[in-house]
Amino acid sequence: MRSGRLWPVHLVLAVGAAAMVMPFFWQVLTALKSFTEATRMPPVWIPSFEWSNFAEVFEAGPFLRQFGNTVVMTAGRTLAQLLFCSLAAYAFARLRFPGRNVIFIALLSVLMVPGQLFLIPQYQIVQSLGWLNTLPGLIVPGMFSAFGTFMMRQFFMTLPAEVEEAARLDGANPLRIFWSVMLPLARPGLLALGVLTVLWSWNDLMWPLIVNTDPEQMPLSAGLSALQGEHMTDYPVLMAGSLMASAPIIVVFVIMQKQLIQGIAFTGSK
Amino acid sequence: MSALDRAVAVRAAARPSARRRLRDREWVWGYAMIAPLVLGLGVFYLWPVAQSVYYSFTEWTLFGDATWIGLDNYRQVLTDPANAKALRNTFLYGGLTLLGIPVSIAVAALLGTRGLKLVSFYRTLYFLPVVTMPAAVAMIWSWLYNGDYGLINYALSFAGIEGTSWIADPDTALYAVAVVGIWTQIGYNAVIFMAGLQSIPSHLYEAASIDGAGRVRQFFGITLPLLSPSVFFVSVLSVINGLQMFDLVYLLFRKGNPAREETQTVVSLFFSRAFEEGAKGYAAAMAVVLMLITLALTVFQFRMQKRWVHYA
Repeated sequence: MRSGRLWPVHLVLAVGAAAMVMPFFWQVLTALKSFTEATRMPPVWIPSFEWSNFAEVFEAGPFLRQFGNTVVMTAGRTLAQLLFCSLAAYAFARLRFPGRNVIFIALLSVLMVPGQLFLIPQYQIVQSLGWLNTLPGLIVPGMFSAFGTFMMRQFFMTLPAEVEEAARLDGANPLRIFWSVMLPLARPGLLALGVLTVLWSWNDLMWPLIVNTDPEQMPLSAGLSALQGEHMTDYPVLMAGSLMASAPIIVVFVIMQKQLIQGIAFTGSK
Repeated sequence: MSALDRAVAVRAAARPSARRRLRDREWVWGYAMIAPLVLGLGVFYLWPVAQSVYYSFTEWTLFGDATWIGLDNYRQVLTDPANAKALRNTFLYGGLTLLGIPVSIAVAALLGTRGLKLVSFYRTLYFLPVVTMPAAVAMIWSWLYNGDYGLINYALSFAGIEGTSWIADPDTALYAVAVVGIWTQIGYNAVIFMAGLQSIPSHLYEAASIDGAGRVRQFFGITLPLLSPSVFFVSVLSVINGLQMFDLVYLLFRKGNPAREETQTVVSLFFSRAFEEGAKGYAAAMAVVLMLITLALTVFQFRMQKRWVHYA
């Protein structure tokens, strides 16, 4: 009886889901078509499986190189954020030192300011360090996050104080307590922040456009944008490229769905 | 005194002093642990804000020298018709994406139906656009919107409608982008609403069904009022994100697109002024004005929330 009453819910959700997924379906279908098939009306529904579209992406630009840049950029930003944010977050949550709250609030004020106020000086710093068109230029400003610090601090504050007490009595210093007691307990928080950072970093467009104009040094986001600029009309190749560029992050999402959802639910509950 | 007693006494005596010693040095550890973050955020975020504000009062020569010109940049920013148009576009875009909120609430409410199976399967599908790279999203949709071979115009042809070239037509371009924006946000907002729904105590629904209230009455009488904090959060976020609109506008309205002039947003205009034309002082003034607008809107939303947000 229950499942009988639920079928209208399923119907509405399925129709909605089909509408949400339809653009991806069209993307995959077009990526497998020849150019003449793609530009035929009415549309061709069974493609001739032109795998050469995918090969052509590698010829059109340094795709593999850009893929590597994206991986390094994403890993660098994410690992650094996890380390720096959780380190500071533990101190803000548990240690007592003069000016703690003032410093914390000053750091949080970064969240209130639109990014455009950072960009010009950030560009100048990267330029003066000689980091334009390099990976450090892409990575370093993204290694620090006020949001991540806030998120990890909230997480540490939910952990009971007793777990540190034993280590403290044994004379362990705060860094040791952080590293061997608190960090393992903070795993769920670290994973949630990690997935959010991976997602944001992989898809980031504006900063790469600003600092890396050499296609060899670009991540995929800026590379795709350049590809679209050159191959404006060759849609099967563009679809193949966009599919390959976004597929890894979709796989990460499917695997880490729970953590990502938790991270987003956290942003909604603060 | 037995050996055990002595050991206990020694520990009891040693403990406070060991703890005090640690306490004394706690501030050193505290500063050391926040140092990397404070340095990074200070150099790349906090100091740049001060610099940007200073730049907004200067003009830059080709050689990179800044000269103080007072409020001139602000005068130009506030009188340039291109900025007024960009601001109007930005608000229009932000307002249109708010239309996605009821859809997200409906999706979240349906996914929250008790006893429903396949919830995580549906959630994955609705969430896919959220995680997809904007550069890929822009390509997919510019192909769907294509005037000659686009799937959307093909579908419309069955209704006897001859569609235009949606993102190249100045009359439709902004609405077309708003649809893409809504598409990418539905899943994200639905997740926040689902978390909000879970915090509503189930005994309220039980009491309501005993009183004979149907599902629809329960939704409007219980769910919607108790969900209002989430709705508030999502609308604040949508407005802030709307003001930051850049990726899709940059990717879909390239040079040569006839709709380009008509569709620029504040941030896309900032990007061209600062990094394509090198008008850094002028762009910095734009950023300061944008910050003030964002601040004013957020304060306004927090003022208004008293009228419609119910905190349980």
